[in-house]
Amino acid sequence: MTPTPRCALIAAASAFAAMLACAPAGAQTLRIGLAEDPDVLDPTLARTFVGRVVFAALCDKLFDIDEKLTIVPQLATAWEWSSDSKALTIKVRPGVTFHDGEKLDAAAVKFNIERHKTTAGSQRRGELAPVTSVDVVDPMTVRLNLSAPFAPLLAALADRSGMMVSPKAAQAAGDKFGAKPVCSGPFQFVERVAQDRIVVERYPNYWNKGDIHLDKIVYLPIVDSTVRLANLKSGQLDFIERMSPSDVPGLKSDSRFKISKITEIGYQGITINVGNNDYAKKSPLGTDPRVREAFELALDRDGIVQVVMEGQATPGNQWVAPTNPYYAKNMPIPKRDVAKAKELLKQAGVTNPSFTLMTPTTSDAQKIAQVVQSMVKEAGFDVKIQATEFSTSLDLADKQQYEVYVLAWSGRADPDGNLFSFIGCKQPLNNAAYCKQEVDDLLVRSRTARDPAERKKAYEQIAAITLKDRPIVYLYHRDWLWAYTNKLSGLRTVPDGLVRLQGLKFN
Amino acid sequence: MATLAFDVLPRETSPGQRALSRLLRRPSAMVGLVVVAAFVGLALAAPLIAPYDPVATSWSAIRKAPSAAHLFGTDELGRDVLSRVIFGARASLLAGVVSVLISLSLGIPVGLLAGYVGRWTDGVISRVTDAMLATPFLILAIALAAFLGPSLTNAMIAIGISATPVFIRLTRAQVLAVKVEDYVEAARAVGNPHWRIALRHILPNVVPPLIVQATLAIAAAVIAEASLSFLGLGQQPPAPSWGSMLNTAKNYVEQAPWMAIWPGLSIFVLVLSFNLLGDGLRDALDPRQA
Amino acid sequence: MSTFLTRRLATIVPTLLFVSMLVFGLQQLLPGDAALVLAGEDHDPSVVAHLRAKMHLDEALPVRYVYWLGGVLRGDLGESMRMQKPVTALIAEKLPVTIQLAAMAIVIALAIGIPAGIVSAVYKGTAWDYAANAVALWGLSTPNFWLGIMLILLFSVSLGWLPASGYVSPFEDLRANLASMIMPAFVLGNAIAAVLMRHTRSAMLQVLSSDYVRTARAKGLDERVVVLHHALRNALVPIITLGALEFGTLLSGAVLTEQVFTIPGFGKLIVDAVFNRDYAVVQGVVLFTATVYITLNLLADVAYFLVNPRMRS
Repeated sequence: MTPTPRCALIAAASAFAAMLACAPAGAQTLRIGLAEDPDVLDPTLARTFVGRVVFAALCDKLFDIDEKLTIVPQLATAWEWSSDSKALTIKVRPGVTFHDGEKLDAAAVKFNIERHKTTAGSQRRGELAPVTSVDVVDPMTVRLNLSAPFAPLLAALADRSGMMVSPKAAQAAGDKFGAKPVCSGPFQFVERVAQDRIVVERYPNYWNKGDIHLDKIVYLPIVDSTVRLANLKSGQLDFIERMSPSDVPGLKSDSRFKISKITEIGYQGITINVGNNDYAKKSPLGTDPRVREAFELALDRDGIVQVVMEGQATPGNQWVAPTNPYYAKNMPIPKRDVAKAKELLKQAGVTNPSFTLMTPTTSDAQKIAQVVQSMVKEAGFDVKIQATEFSTSLDLADKQQYEVYVLAWSGRADPDGNLFSFIGCKQPLNNAAYCKQEVDDLLVRSRTARDPAERKKAYEQIAAITLKDRPIVYLYHRDWLWAYTNKLSGLRTVPDGLVRLQGLKFN
Repeated sequence: MATLAFDVLPRETSPGQRALSRLLRRPSAMVGLVVVAAFVGLALAAPLIAPYDPVATSWSAIRKAPSAAHLFGTDELGRDVLSRVIFGARASLLAGVVSVLISLSLGIPVGLLAGYVGRWTDGVISRVTDAMLATPFLILAIALAAFLGPSLTNAMIAIGISATPVFIRLTRAQVLAVKVEDYVEAARAVGNPHWRIALRHILPNVVPPLIVQATLAIAAAVIAEASLSFLGLGQQPPAPSWGSMLNTAKNYVEQAPWMAIWPGLSIFVLVLSFNLLGDGLRDALDPRQA
Repeated sequence: MSTFLTRRLATIVPTLLFVSMLVFGLQQLLPGDAALVLAGEDHDPSVVAHLRAKMHLDEALPVRYVYWLGGVLRGDLGESMRMQKPVTALIAEKLPVTIQLAAMAIVIALAIGIPAGIVSAVYKGTAWDYAANAVALWGLSTPNFWLGIMLILLFSVSLGWLPASGYVSPFEDLRANLASMIMPAFVLGNAIAAVLMRHTRSAMLQVLSSDYVRTARAKGLDERVVVLHHALRNALVPIITLGALEFGTLLSGAVLTEQVFTIPGFGKLIVDAVFNRDYAVVQGVVLFTATVYITLNLLADVAYFLVNPRMRS
């Protein structure tokens, strides 16, 4: 940031070097290191997690979530469900303008929802599927009409589906909108060089400008976590996201930096092909639920977390973390029991089951595979690790051409986002090819009921069934790890992993 | 006339012995040869020399610094780095040698064909070769390895195919030069069939520069395997190879530098040795010094 | 001369055609469904269908090739599905970066390779020969991604002298630009230094034993003058034409160096596109770089031809 005593030392060592290393970044500029390069910056078409990190600065949404995953207002000030839960009336915040000066009103909200639903290639159609039409009730009130009650709608509107872009700019730019997004967030777009940087600067007429204490943000994608951390340590970055767990002890002892963390809303798990297909039929895990139970009992989740994530994760056995309000307490995490596992295998008639574990070539997945291979060997399992390039593995999983698969899910704020697509019959992410009518009915109940207690009951019933069927064996929930200079304060740690700019400032 | 005929007979024995003695007199090449031989010995005797099983994990010994029990320390899953380096020599040497063997077995026949037959065959082969050379080597290798799937075998095939154009070109150039020599004319005049001329008269004289290039190519192939492993293609864990060990080690450079130092050093020493040997061979086989 | 030139030019078109087929095939035959990969983690069926249509994935391979080639001949290299940006725009954006990196790498390679080659040739057989050899070869013997990470740890984290990664445009801040490029250029240039050293050495050896140089020595000229003035001048031509040919090696090496140092050049663009199945990007960029390479080769051949009177008849 600004020249420090450390720079003076370097200057003493080498004047030339000092000029190179200590170029000041300018008043209140925050330089953030991202773990990947975001894709297109259009909320309708965007599909990466890291893109949402940038959107946190660029685009405000109708709602937001807080540290406890509760829905809070942002561009919407109030909302109300109709009595039959098939209409959501939203009051739009007055006095909000887009970066081009246009006003945010009910018509703009209608435009945006329709844009999300109708644009060719839109990624938001699935999330907004139950929304049939949008009515402008009055200039600052809008009503979304649904075909059926849909509880996860609010969470969807607290993410990209709820992001509002300027209708005028969107219409003018057409499908090139992502190159120069015009949104309504605290910062406006300045420039982007692909794979190099994204620069945004403060939008002076932001509705909540009192909470914004930075003038400019530069997002720099640096894929290699070692290099990303090196940039932080050498002073070229002020903030990095997704620090590697193994770097934590080393940085903890460095007083120049702080580390913040929180459990993610996603999970890391092992998917088992249990469908009615060739690969499932020839795998001992795919055919017999007792073998799957033995497999789970042979796992030591604490050990996995320790070795793979250096303790920077929370063991879990469900699609949401044990700290999540929707966690089904009736199904706690089973303890490792190799004896029982062996017993079950004997009952099932397979003493040395062998299967292929399809492992994407990412470092986490490979570590998990190796640890799991070692652990379950004690119960008699012979695991063959089949390293597969990530993109290829997606295809194979989609076609159910695998036996067992190591897969992580980035997570959604509403538990429905972590569950429905994965175990609902024929849903797009149901790689396990799992299909049970009972579960499907419960899933529908879980997303149409509005009362959280009712939804929780449905999830408990689902857990009672699916955790016995084990199409997915959930392992753990990672910690989001942010590292930043001790000159920064006010970071809010929200389980979605995004870097919110409200309240963030240099001391 | 008689002396001329002797001068241009294919050299098979004494020039080779002369080349060998030149090679032996060049210290850098000798060092290279000895080191390569040492690594080959290491790779062959790996099960006898390595103190531990290279894939045996140990949760209690994760990332331990070098000590009496583990001379090179342990890695992120508690495996002994020394044992993995020793067994990794197999993968890296295989990667180097097999890739080049693939290149040679594809490149020499094709280059021979192009140079000897000429005309349209040569035209097409040369254009395809040029096209492959115009594509950056690593891009070619990455695409092929991604196509075949991540494994050491596929990496070797990918590297082998990507390195073939150089051998095609080299063989072809040599064949063109040798084709017009008097002894080849003589052989044809006597009535030898084409295949015999190609194999018995032309090929042996084409070999020396190919040996040099092959040695240098092995060096490049070992590095290429490391590069592919860095990208997640190539030898997959838990099987050890220096390249994939480096790939994992890059995440722990500060906490466990020994995970990276030993495989990195091994690659460096082996590749340098092949390079020195190759340069020495080039000097030794240089026809101008015959 | 003109027949030579026309013959050389005539080879360009079929070569480029083969390059286009090669890179197209390599991309489109990669396993996995590109539409699924580019559709994002939700695998939304409507998005997948939309992408399949846009990329003509349901049509036969030769048909897709014709679509693409037709576009290329019209100057349209397609679009990056991931960035929603035309490939030509991406190339224009990355070209200055890649050119700068390549130029700096070649300068470094020349600075290391030529002196090493001269020393090695002049003092052939002595310790200086082997030392020069080792200096030039060590760059070729280390994986460049490895060297990059080591340099970052030393110069950025420990010493704080240079930025760890990233790129600053020279028009924005020349000092910062040089600081960010010096390490990657060094890593790249190292490998090529060895090749240059070898060629310098053999060219020098050839010239040093020639009549031309023997005459110069017989005239009583100082050895240094003989070496630097006469011998080097004649050896320089093949060395310089080699610089053009090493462009291909540069691009290969740049792939990993750019990844480690986060330099937004072609190398990083291509690698990311391969893994993301962003076909058009790889096809377009490789075709572009191949054209440049072939043109450079042609120019080198012409230069060599012009300089070497024996070839003209």
